[in-house]
Amino acid sequence: MEPPAPSLGHGAGFPMAPDPALCTVRSPVALQVGDVKTDLARPGVAVIDVALPPTQPLDLQEIVFKNSYTAFLTVRVQRRRPCDVGREGARKWVTCLWNHCLMPSPHTEAGSQDYFSVFRHQMLCDVDQVTAVRLILRQPSPVWLHFTLEELRLYPRGQQSLQTGFPSWLSNLAPQQQPENLHGGVPDPEKVSTEVQQLWVLTEMIRANQTAARIGRFDVDGCYDINLLSYT
Amino acid sequence: MMMLEQDTGLSLAIAQIVQRLKGSSLHSQLERQARGSLHKPEIKLDSLKEDIKEFLKTSGWEKRLQNAVYSELNVFPSPCHPAAPPEHMKEPLVYMRKAQGSWEKRILKSLNSMCTELSIPLARKRPIGEQKELLNKWNEMGTDEPDLSLFRPVYAPKDFLEVLMNLRNPNYENGDQPSFRNHLGLIQVPLKVKDIPELRDYFSELGLNTGQLGIDDSTQVPPELFENEHVRVGQTVLTEQDSAAAQQYVRQGCPTALRAELWALILNISNQPEDILYYEQLKSNVIQHDLLVDSLIYKDVKLTASNDDYYFVFEDYLYQVLLCFSRDTSVLEHFSYSSATPPKSYIRGKLGLEEYAVFYPPNGVIPFHGFSMYVAPLCFLYHEPSKLYQIFREMYVRFFFRLHSISSHPSGIVSLCLLFETLLQTHLPQLFYHLREIGAQPLRISFKWMVRAFSGYLATDQLLLLWDRILGYNSLEILAVLAAAVFAFRAVNLMEVTSLAAAEAVLADLSTLKVMPLLQIFLFATVT
Repeated sequence: MEPPAPSLGHGAGFPMAPDPALCTVRSPVALQVGDVKTDLARPGVAVIDVALPPTQPLDLQEIVFKNSYTAFLTVRVQRRRPCDVGREGARKWVTCLWNHCLMPSPHTEAGSQDYFSVFRHQMLCDVDQVTAVRLILRQPSPVWLHFTLEELRLYPRGQQSLQTGFPSWLSNLAPQQQPENLHGGVPDPEKVSTEVQQLWVLTEMIRANQTAARIGRFDVDGCYDINLLSYT
Repeated sequence: MMMLEQDTGLSLAIAQIVQRLKGSSLHSQLERQARGSLHKPEIKLDSLKEDIKEFLKTSGWEKRLQNAVYSELNVFPSPCHPAAPPEHMKEPLVYMRKAQGSWEKRILKSLNSMCTELSIPLARKRPIGEQKELLNKWNEMGTDEPDLSLFRPVYAPKDFLEVLMNLRNPNYENGDQPSFRNHLGLIQVPLKVKDIPELRDYFSELGLNTGQLGIDDSTQVPPELFENEHVRVGQTVLTEQDSAAAQQYVRQGCPTALRAELWALILNISNQPEDILYYEQLKSNVIQHDLLVDSLIYKDVKLTASNDDYYFVFEDYLYQVLLCFSRDTSVLEHFSYSSATPPKSYIRGKLGLEEYAVFYPPNGVIPFHGFSMYVAPLCFLYHEPSKLYQIFREMYVRFFFRLHSISSHPSGIVSLCLLFETLLQTHLPQLFYHLREIGAQPLRISFKWMVRAFSGYLATDQLLLLWDRILGYNSLEILAVLAAAVFAFRAVNLMEVTSLAAAEAVLADLSTLKVMPLLQIFLFATVT
């Protein structure tokens, strides 16, 4: 039985699986003027706060998440700076991503449940030594009941998410051929090439036979006597 | 600033295409050609790589590889985000996946109950005598008159329309109060569809200033103005064997004499010996095993194509294609990008044991009422069964599967329905309102046209001109535009009807319609 081919990028020949940074993701808080419970108007802005362990500031490489009907994303970070040492006052928030569009047409479904990555090179400022992250979600369209982000993960620098790791054979697409030194006593090249060709044809035939045998078999050992269709 | 992301996306796409092509016969053929070229005088050892690349280019093999890569790009969607699970590539919206799952369950129940009621097994190995008999009358299966009265189609398009009408996004404001959020048509999901300015841009080659077959080849127009040159360009495209050029070319229509070869070039079908062998293997599978779906196919052909003035002559071809199609496990590959899932079963007595799990039918596709009409028009172009078969299979896994599965894809039937309703509502608001008021929602009439890609409704030459554009634009959206254009054409008569039945009568006969002028007027000559 042939299941549909798995998509590339799910573990085949990749380096060790990257670990997202440990963090606490709070549930989104809607920003609304007026009483949240009685007000009929839907809030179009929500904020998700992500707290990182205070002793382990993060050099941010990538933010990965699954969208759930958010149209625009702004990301602000709080960084620990050398000048902050010893100071107890509030640290400054800096915007590192502004109004990133997730749904190009907010009244319609496009992009509404897609997976996204935001990389450090897309950010407006340096995102090293980050101690807190705040994601500001905007959904200007009133047709959606809820909007948020799911499966939020932050990846530290030095570890790369699945997207940037490649199978080793991709970098070996063009193997270098070493031209051989043919000086000195060698057999007749015509004869050798014909023999090699014949050998190749044989290996190709064997390989082709294997492929043909795999495709096309819908039965199990010649038997296709089935009961009823399964619902699971 | 986005460069790295674009690069990684591109590299991922390249990696996927390479992996898919690696196991193909083209790959082994290229290797064989490269090794065979080793003893040619122009191949020098110190510039081996460059010389072999040059040889592959001049012998036409590089072009074949280009065509194969182009075919992969057209068929498979761009790679998803690595964090996305495989079902996300099938269909990104969760509620649509669920709806498709429920619909499939209904179909399975229907098939199972047919099986138990009629006491006919889903699959049966034919006794040797029966196998011989079938082999003898393989070319004239139409002469058979089996008793099909007890069989009924698993579903008809109107059952599917009911399901689509009830599709709701749980996160969408589906209030009972009429508001701007509720669509006035039957489809209530907020998918993005193109408006007329976007369609004009998308279908720019159909514009008033571009020559078209179906308009500029009519008898009143001297052929020197467009037709002769267009045919000449078509012949050049065929000589060059370039898929991408062919796809661009057919946007203006195919000359009848070149159509078969051009479509084969676009779909990358070359009918190699191994393809013929594969078809013969499928034929032997048909001989060996009898499937319940075979009866459904017989019934469908008898009910639809055999009754059609244009297609009844091809009845035997239809059986030869559709029966083999049901046994073809290579069709299972398309389920990785289709929202549908193939039905599963277990060998008798081995329920639940995965090593005895099989798909049913082997290709995972249960035919519905009208399915054979996807094949019928192709019989005008291809007469060799194995080539006809491959063309149909490729058309199915590229286009037709989207017409009977629930997905958010722009060429999926849900988007086409919404596109049709939106176009009609925006550009013929009076007509739309009138039809709605008399209980004749326009989609109820046009749905069957779109599900069948207009096969059996248009005259054959017009249908083929329409399917030229489906191939040329690699999209089914033109079906929705044509449906709206037909309503626009018959608007005056439709404004006078007072019931759904009367509206159906006005739109019952499309066989005199000329497709290209209708499309051109609707897209480019209507005041917006």
